[in-house]
Amino acid sequence: MEISVTVNNATRVTDVEPRSLLVYYLREELGLTGTNVGCDTSSCGACTVHVNGESVKACTMLAVQADGQEVTTIEGLAPSADQLHPMQESFREHHGLQCGYCTPGMVMAACSLLEENSAPTEAEVREGLEGNLCRCTGYHNIVKAVLACSGQDVS
Amino acid sequence: MIPAAFDYKRAGSSEEAVALIAEYGDEAKFLAGGHSLLPMMKLRLAVPTVLVDIGRVGDLSYIDDRDDHIAIGALATHRSLETSELLITECPILAHVASKVGDPQVRHRGTIGGSLAHSDPASDLPAAVLALGGSLMAQGPNGEREVQVSDFFTGYFESALSDDEMLTEIRMPKAPGDSWNYQKFNRRAQDWAIVGVAAVQVQGTTQVSLVNMGSTPLRAAAVEAALAGGASAVEAAEQAAEGTDAPTDLNASPEYRAHLARVLTRRALEAAGIS
Repeated sequence: MEISVTVNNATRVTDVEPRSLLVYYLREELGLTGTNVGCDTSSCGACTVHVNGESVKACTMLAVQADGQEVTTIEGLAPSADQLHPMQESFREHHGLQCGYCTPGMVMAACSLLEENSAPTEAEVREGLEGNLCRCTGYHNIVKAVLACSGQDVS
Repeated sequence: MIPAAFDYKRAGSSEEAVALIAEYGDEAKFLAGGHSLLPMMKLRLAVPTVLVDIGRVGDLSYIDDRDDHIAIGALATHRSLETSELLITECPILAHVASKVGDPQVRHRGTIGGSLAHSDPASDLPAAVLALGGSLMAQGPNGEREVQVSDFFTGYFESALSDDEMLTEIRMPKAPGDSWNYQKFNRRAQDWAIVGVAAVQVQGTTQVSLVNMGSTPLRAAAVEAALAGGASAVEAAEQAAEGTDAPTDLNASPEYRAHLARVLTRRALEAAGIS
């Protein structure tokens, strides 16, 4: 089936099988491998992308469901090749990553969280990221990075 | 994991969706948010040969005030329930329980109609809806019919919907105020409840439901009867496991679930100010 998806502001027209999952469409059809596959069971959040501005687990959505929609992946966040998105910058600044595997999903979930709640408490950040697992257990600095990105003092 | 191959049909309206289901028969399934169905398809627990995508039936995402009840379109997402000012004011338990489903990503895609039609006895929303009472609208080839919530959950992952019917609307009584509570006991943040209890006062009557205490979500009838007979919350909560058939799995034995049901019912009643 032919689908037309606006991915990171560019319209991509692709022929996909109905059973293709959004995450494999992004990684294998479009070569956008920044979105990781972790558990593949909608638990870990490594595959989090935005669909129409909201965080979604791309392993639990069909590519055909994204037809006509706007998708943003980690590759589409930064304003330019030499400038990070403020959330990416905050993760770098506050050491919000260890092995980095969960990071693209964490960053995308965190951006969606701040979109819905621009000044969350620490508890709200932890709850807002409950759909994202970090096997390095590096949650403390991830939470710090999100709070800092929302303009709150974390020193 | 990738689901087995299927044909994909997209419905533009509920009439078209029902016509498509009628055309393809019981090998076809409705796809709404997909957050119950797609995981099952990936595990080959469900292998439909046709998916009828109703996710774009745009006129089924409403949450409306209909004077004596709230009408919710079947495609309203958990996120839209959670943030609806109307629900927060008129039916706060439902907004709250929606906020406890899965995680934010799941709530952005998952729908109330999908969750109810899936009829998972461990799900949050079916039990909340059962506690509130009210009714559900189903559309079939011969038009619409109304099903009472108390008649809707018929078995393990089974509902009163027939194969050619689509759930279109959820009608909930108004239950404003603070006399409600939801207790969800689980080990991991985003998990299903090992046991859950919803307690809410609807027009002066205390209604209590149980999550994951049988093959369907259940009303805690013995607790409700005890309260109606003048028992205290502590006394009534002792009846919480009466008439249940709690499952056993890696999380809990039936005995442990019965214990949880009693403790969580007491907590829910006390937190709801029902004593």
